[in-house]
Amino acid sequence: MAILVFTEIADGAIKKSSLEAIYYGAQVAEKSGTSVTALVIGKADSAELVIAGNYGATKVLHANDAKLELPNSMAYAKVLAEAAKTTGAKVIITAKSSLADAVTARAAGSLKAAVVGNVVELPDLSNGFKVKRSIFTGKAFVDVNIQNDITILAVKKNVVNPVETNTSATVESFTPALDDNLFTAKVTETIKATGTVSLPEADLVVSGGRGMKGPEHWQPLLDLAEALGAATACSKPVSDLDWRPHHEHVGQTGVKVSPNLYIACGISGAIQHLAGVNSSKVIVVINKDADAPFFKAADYGIVGDVFDVLPKLTKAVKDLK
Amino acid sequence: MKILVCISSVPDTTSKISFTDGDTKLNKAGVQYIIGPYDDYALARAVELKEQYGASITVLNVGEADAEPQIRKALAIGADDAIRVDTEPTDSYFVAEQIATVAKEGNYDLVLMGRETSDYNSGVVHGIVGEILGIPSFSPVMQLDIENGVAKMTREIEGGKEKLEAPLPLVLGCQEPIAEWKIPNMRGIMTARTKPLKVIPASGEALTSTDKYSLPPAKGACQMIPADEAEKLIELLHKEAKVL
Repeated sequence: MAILVFTEIADGAIKKSSLEAIYYGAQVAEKSGTSVTALVIGKADSAELVIAGNYGATKVLHANDAKLELPNSMAYAKVLAEAAKTTGAKVIITAKSSLADAVTARAAGSLKAAVVGNVVELPDLSNGFKVKRSIFTGKAFVDVNIQNDITILAVKKNVVNPVETNTSATVESFTPALDDNLFTAKVTETIKATGTVSLPEADLVVSGGRGMKGPEHWQPLLDLAEALGAATACSKPVSDLDWRPHHEHVGQTGVKVSPNLYIACGISGAIQHLAGVNSSKVIVVINKDADAPFFKAADYGIVGDVFDVLPKLTKAVKDLK
Repeated sequence: MKILVCISSVPDTTSKISFTDGDTKLNKAGVQYIIGPYDDYALARAVELKEQYGASITVLNVGEADAEPQIRKALAIGADDAIRVDTEPTDSYFVAEQIATVAKEGNYDLVLMGRETSDYNSGVVHGIVGEILGIPSFSPVMQLDIENGVAKMTREIEGGKEKLEAPLPLVLGCQEPIAEWKIPNMRGIMTARTKPLKVIPASGEALTSTDKYSLPPAKGACQMIPADEAEKLIELLHKEAKVL
């Protein structure tokens, strides 16, 4: 069962989450005695693509048609489905992301593939094909048995800890025919935060709630995030009040994150917020209310005023570096 | 304009999750079921489009009979009729296949649903439906307007958003702030009782099945650091937790 990894790029290089997906694929390949091909779509530097080899891919298929420069889920799905047919892949792996969800969904539609999202472990291949996924935004897990020829697994961040080797992958260009009807949608405007750490990709996240008292008081939180090289996030009330942009909102109805470290500042920890962050490795809660429910889900806690605590943390981080 | 709104029936977001039958089934006892929160946004926008431009709204649920209170609520909010495909909705492709079959038959201009269900969170059903129907799909859509058969949308992307336009028919996964959730009024509740609800059998087979459920391991005690020694936290994160 050859394995294909849908590999995303950012600024011409493979995204960290996709390198994890390639490594996950390599682990599955090792179990099942097969090999991993990484599919990269869009503009990328060949020197960056060979790095896929360090994470276990033997081959990189690079679809570099000029039409594919901007993400387009329909065209990308067509390329992915064609690559699956070309490589004979029975398992397609991706890191969970908004683009990957859209692309793999369409590919599943054309390949009639079983899709398992939010995968949290390597599959059990000892008796059929079984894999564990998170459900209810991390409040529970379920083992899924797959009874289908082709399967797509969308893997959560931090499921594997890649160990890099020094092996390069061969890069081949891949050029499936692309019909014009894949390009009927027109993007008229893109509004994107630049120069900040991507929240779904981030290893470290600093997040603020209503305890931050207003958008004009965000600076101490931004300072800590900058010192750490962390992404910034917020709770749902904060995004509803327009204190912070909607794409920063983490929780049950927002972005789900699983970073190594999540620092919650002035967030009480409603069950809907916990659902979006409960797969973080380490959770720190700073709140002046010692009874805030978030402390029950935290690894480290500070009961205190965020405006006193945050500058101390920022200074300590700078001292550490 | 003909709109199909697909709704899921899911436990209220504040529900405590537990299992029965040797951890092979969700424990539904004492759990309040609701229309999927994202699906509810899709429904609300559909009702607004109906008021703005005139439209008929069919609400579709792929699920078992216990979802009917949620279907009636959608009718009370403003859908005109309903279809329930009578099956357990366990598998993304299988559910999408049922929706696509209904959508093909009814020839809808818009197929709306939430960006994901709040139980399984895969966020792929709209894309699979779009592919099976051979029409474009977009998600998560935060704004939607229709002008001369063209949908004008704002969609969230990683780290921002984009505005885009595409001709109907389309399949869309919706999220806030596309519309405000609507609460049914008394008249809506009364008329919902007599609106048609058709129950049809499923076709095809699920590609996956669920086995054992489990809960995350309990967190250890939270280590408290006094506020006046806050800088110690950074040392602990560096030396003990090893995340810095």
